[in-house]
Amino acid sequence: MKFVSCPHIGNRALSEFTYGGALRNEPDFETVSDKQWADYVFHRHSEPKTQQEWWYHRPTGMWFIFTRNTLTDVISQVELATEVCTKGALNEA
Amino acid sequence: MKLRLPPQPYEWLDRKQIIEFEFEGEVYEGFKGDVISGALWANGVKTLGRSFKYHRRRGLLSFANHDINALFQSKDYPNIRGDVTQIEDYMNVRAVNTFGSLKHDKGTLVEWIGKFLPVGFYYKAFYSPKFLFPKWESLIRTMAGLGKVDTAWGEERKPKRYLHCDVAVIGAGPSGMAAALKAAEQGVDVCLIDENAFIGGSLDYQYANEPEQVSNRKRLKQGIASHPNIQVVSSAYVAGYYGDHWLAINTPQGLIKLSAQSVVVATGVFEQPAVFRNNDLPGVMNASAAQRLISRYAVKPCNTAVVLTANAEGYRAALDMQQSGIEVKAILDTGERLCRWVQEAESSGIIIYKNVEMVEAIGKQALEGIVFKANGEQKTLECDGLLMSVGWAPAGAPIYQAGGRFSYDSTLEQLLPSLLPDGVFACGRLNGVFDIEHRIQDGEQAGLNAALYAKREPLVDCLDFRAAQAHSHPFPIWEHEKGKNFVDFDEDLQLKDLKGAIAQGFDNIELMKRFSTIGMGPSQGKHSNMNGIRILAKARGQSIDATGSTTARPMFHPTPVSHLAGMRFRPERLTPIHTFHQQAQAKFMEAGAWLRPEYYRTGLPRKMCIEAEVKAVRNSAGLIDVSTLGKLEVFGQDAAELMDRLYTMRMSNMKIGASRYALMVDDAGVVIDDGVAIRYSEEHFYVSTTTTSSDSAYRMIQKKLIEWKLSATVLNRTGQLAAMNLAGPNSRKVLAKLTDLDLSNEGFPYLAMRQAKLSGYPVTLIRVGFVGELGYEIHTDASNGLAIWKTIMKAGEEFSIRPFGVEAQRLLRLEKGHIIVGQDTDGLTNPFEADMGWAVHLQKPYFLGKPSLSKLKVMQSRTLVGFELLSNQAEHVPLESNLVIEDGEMAGRITSIGFSPALDKHIGLAMVDVALKAIGSTLHMRLSNGRMVQAKVVETPFYDPQGLLQKPQETLQEEVA
Repeated sequence: MKFVSCPHIGNRALSEFTYGGALRNEPDFETVSDKQWADYVFHRHSEPKTQQEWWYHRPTGMWFIFTRNTLTDVISQVELATEVCTKGALNEA
Repeated sequence: MKLRLPPQPYEWLDRKQIIEFEFEGEVYEGFKGDVISGALWANGVKTLGRSFKYHRRRGLLSFANHDINALFQSKDYPNIRGDVTQIEDYMNVRAVNTFGSLKHDKGTLVEWIGKFLPVGFYYKAFYSPKFLFPKWESLIRTMAGLGKVDTAWGEERKPKRYLHCDVAVIGAGPSGMAAALKAAEQGVDVCLIDENAFIGGSLDYQYANEPEQVSNRKRLKQGIASHPNIQVVSSAYVAGYYGDHWLAINTPQGLIKLSAQSVVVATGVFEQPAVFRNNDLPGVMNASAAQRLISRYAVKPCNTAVVLTANAEGYRAALDMQQSGIEVKAILDTGERLCRWVQEAESSGIIIYKNVEMVEAIGKQALEGIVFKANGEQKTLECDGLLMSVGWAPAGAPIYQAGGRFSYDSTLEQLLPSLLPDGVFACGRLNGVFDIEHRIQDGEQAGLNAALYAKREPLVDCLDFRAAQAHSHPFPIWEHEKGKNFVDFDEDLQLKDLKGAIAQGFDNIELMKRFSTIGMGPSQGKHSNMNGIRILAKARGQSIDATGSTTARPMFHPTPVSHLAGMRFRPERLTPIHTFHQQAQAKFMEAGAWLRPEYYRTGLPRKMCIEAEVKAVRNSAGLIDVSTLGKLEVFGQDAAELMDRLYTMRMSNMKIGASRYALMVDDAGVVIDDGVAIRYSEEHFYVSTTTTSSDSAYRMIQKKLIEWKLSATVLNRTGQLAAMNLAGPNSRKVLAKLTDLDLSNEGFPYLAMRQAKLSGYPVTLIRVGFVGELGYEIHTDASNGLAIWKTIMKAGEEFSIRPFGVEAQRLLRLEKGHIIVGQDTDGLTNPFEADMGWAVHLQKPYFLGKPSLSKLKVMQSRTLVGFELLSNQAEHVPLESNLVIEDGEMAGRITSIGFSPALDKHIGLAMVDVALKAIGSTLHMRLSNGRMVQAKVVETPFYDPQGLLQKPQETLQEEVA
């Protein structure tokens, strides 16, 4: 069983979490080309890398962002999604 | 028990208890603690089984839980491993894979025609002519396979248990025991796992006669027994290694799932057989098998032994034989070596031949002698036992499965761990350490580091105890012109078979395995893979590392399905009104996690029960429990903005006290959810979701809220609220008895929302029309749900109100042409295809999926249409998911179908190519039995197309406050 060490809710079994996809910025649809939009909607790049991912903790109802290496499955950082998204650029619709 | 020895110091027997058991119709005696193979051997039975393909006589080979040629069949179990399964009183077993009996096996005929059955024969011979294949298949299936499975056996499930520890140690030999003890001394919790019934490993059979090891044995065993931090799990093997040190441990009682912080792999090595002519004769066995026979079960492997050796261990084995009163005719050393055991063997008077080449073993039913060459001279020795001590292969499955790697060490002529994942430590012979004192020290340093790792403390540097000379022969294979030199004993593969596979181009390790089936038998190559790799490497003139090895996947060892099969463990949610449904004889069905009434049983057939419910709603009044709907509250400064972005329709301009259909799509524009939204106040909405998507919709909305950085709160109130739908022409009259709210069309118009009291209970009422009649959806606190339900049922008595279930509702909504998300839509359906373009407001600046929908609007290729069947014959009614065929091609599928009592027709919805959407088009539908029926595309709604019933005497405006 994989355990996730979280600074907010402690050491939790991964089975308590639901995956929510990689953290990606939705392109501005006013200016995006069809190809870029299709790429955003349909294409998932599976090359091994360290990426930021959405993970939902069901018991607390909170979204977290894991920094995870998809090759080694090592989770190097766990942050609250609200904190990560406030840091990033505002995604104006 | 003619081959039984006097009591041995570490034997596993209880000599006070004599056990009688039956084998192949004859009764034998053994002691309690004996295993089947050992007890038979003690009785002089040397033919324990027949080989897989040629039905040759086979005896003991490794006696280490991988003896595939000594499998047994009882009444209840096939393929019982004779080398580990204890005998019991009244046990009755037979050999597997025999035609006739073990002694007179007609299957031996195969050996006579064996030369016509080269490797890969099956792939080439039986595919043509095609019509004969079923006959061949039946013959092959009869010939192949081992024990017989009785399919009439009952279900058997074993419980699963969970264990947590800091350090898991796999293998309780000298290094594993030392590792466990050292780790425990660091204050961490240790779990020590061993496949045998007793810990000790090779310390108790390879060093049984070494006086110097008495103190080590005592210290380790007593230390482990008395240490409070060590839990021993015996008779158990690690079947699989999963992420983050998560071990699947197979025990006779069932599976244990062990979560550890770090793991010490002290699994040791598998002794490898030598390959020469007739190396499968009963009596030819691994040296360690002979040592186990003596030490554990006090059984003489033979009366006269010869030892073929390529390492020091062979000399130890020869000495052990001698000490048990077995005449050792000679030690045949494939080279020359110098060590303490060699000196002891020399001084004991055993004849030693050096630089020996093996020629063949001879004997009819069992080993009678051997032929070898020493210094170019061919010699023959009579013996009934040949002990092979030519090398070792690591039991590396846990390390491979953890992501570690092995590489070949040409000093040791053995594969050694070259890369260990974090938290995984290797020690002992697996790690190339052979000296017994070194093995213990190697185990201690692995145990120490594993404990430090578990405590997240820095690791200490380790000493290298690896042996300086080889303990394995680089190529223990002697070719013979007459063959019968077996590489894989499970699959009856000879040297020539592997050579044949390589010659035919299957000269990659993975290809050779699959073509020849080497390593694919029940022992999964534990005695054959290493020799196979050596043969391939030599044939290709490349190194062992360049040749590689096949992947060691879980399970490490055959694991019964009873251990793996899961228990059904799914939460079941009950609505607040569940007790009423039970009393009303509801037939329940699953809807997501919920149990919902499918219909209420009245004693009539199912179909008539459902029709009666439908009629009650159409003619008077019905009540359905919709508490399973997802119920979300959205409030805060940006609540309206959030609603606008989540749903395809505009929500921000909704008036307070109004309701509106809410349709949600994903990024790709695919319909994922629908419900009804109501607005309580400027900054406060309430929205329902479909039953199965309440959790995922809530989760997704929370995520979008974060992404969009909006100031709003979403609350999942699904379980806190009860909801029911009162529908039918008399529903207003029923409701009027319970509330003083103005229920007139003007006072409470279609699609309006009111907060009111019903018999004193606060409720939210929404005028909805899902089933196509005047109707009210009632939402209230879960605690009041049952009381309100009962109040309504009582008030409705004079109107013959009926509760109705999911089936009636499905039909009622179908008559109205309303879709069910997930039934009439699939994972690709967009709103235009679902004929719901009216619900998509592309004028909005943004909503989830808008970029995709604005492109998809002009790209529509299929659409949902309503149809009615042209014939009403019950046997010609298609099912949901039956295909629509046009010009011989698939042109769509039926998404919903049902018989409408109101229309006296079968009606349905189908997703079809746009070319077929015109009203009046004929749809050709294919039944499951292949027969075709015709249907006609018609307008929807099928029933009350003007919607006059759900909003009587009202203008057709979409919403009124």
